[in-house]
Amino acid sequence: MLYLFYFFAAISVIAALVVVSAKSPINSVIALVVCFLSIAAHYILLNAQFLAMVHVIVYTGAILVLMLFVIMLLNMNTIVEVRKPMVTRILAVVTGGLFFLVLLAATRSGLSTPVPEGFDPGIGLVKRIGMSLFQDFLLPFELSSVLFLSAMAGAMMLAKKDDPSNVNRPPSSEPDLRQAGPNEKAA
Amino acid sequence: MMENVMTAIRLVPLDHYLILSFLLFSIGMVGALVRRNIIIVIMCLELMLNSVNLLLVAFSAYHSDPGGQIMVFFIMLVAAAEVTVGLAILVLLKRNTNGVDMNQLNRLKW
Repeated sequence: MLYLFYFFAAISVIAALVVVSAKSPINSVIALVVCFLSIAAHYILLNAQFLAMVHVIVYTGAILVLMLFVIMLLNMNTIVEVRKPMVTRILAVVTGGLFFLVLLAATRSGLSTPVPEGFDPGIGLVKRIGMSLFQDFLLPFELSSVLFLSAMAGAMMLAKKDDPSNVNRPPSSEPDLRQAGPNEKAA
Repeated sequence: MMENVMTAIRLVPLDHYLILSFLLFSIGMVGALVRRNIIIVIMCLELMLNSVNLLLVAFSAYHSDPGGQIMVFFIMLVAAAEVTVGLAILVLLKRNTNGVDMNQLNRLKW
């Protein structure tokens, strides 16, 4: 059990490092799929079966496939990413390491919270989660549907192409973000 | 059955889950700071959300409290909505600037 934990922990950390450092966005998405599957394995180790299923379906099945679809649709592999300067990158890595150390130091002494005596093995099963969701958390559950509706409408409004018959100004007056640099703005 | 599940879960110390979660969160934060491609920044945000989810599930399983797992469920819902809108903004940025550079978005006052 402990070795399984170490195995999946190593997979998720290595995959996360690949996500951050890969040059091509496609490689990043594939590494993120591996990372999320190993996190789902951690959920199964913790006996959270419902969340493991929902995690695989929602994240790797919907979100990451959507990202892959957008990357391929926008033909993003041909875009060369401008890299940040070396000083910024080194400082970012140092900041992340310091943040990790601060989190470790903050929880080192405060972790001895008493674990309760009673134990319920069926905490993560579908039945228990469903009962809890529809009895104690019914209002947030219903409100989340409103959130999804607004997110869907917002995404469609954002991504919709402008109708050419509705444009009431000549195209030349539109600001071109590609060429408008700071020196041109002053002119 | 009950004793088996309890010993199987508590065989891994809670500290290990804390360290793993902090490590994943730090990697995601470094990625969001280092990269300029906007889709990789979105992926790093997802990574950070997932590290917090893992920690919530670990605490929930240790303390046998279903509230933590319900919280993770709602975090997943919000993450899905966020990715939808974020990718729509990404498509808009690509259409307007023909690039996916984060620094194109530093003039939002237009």
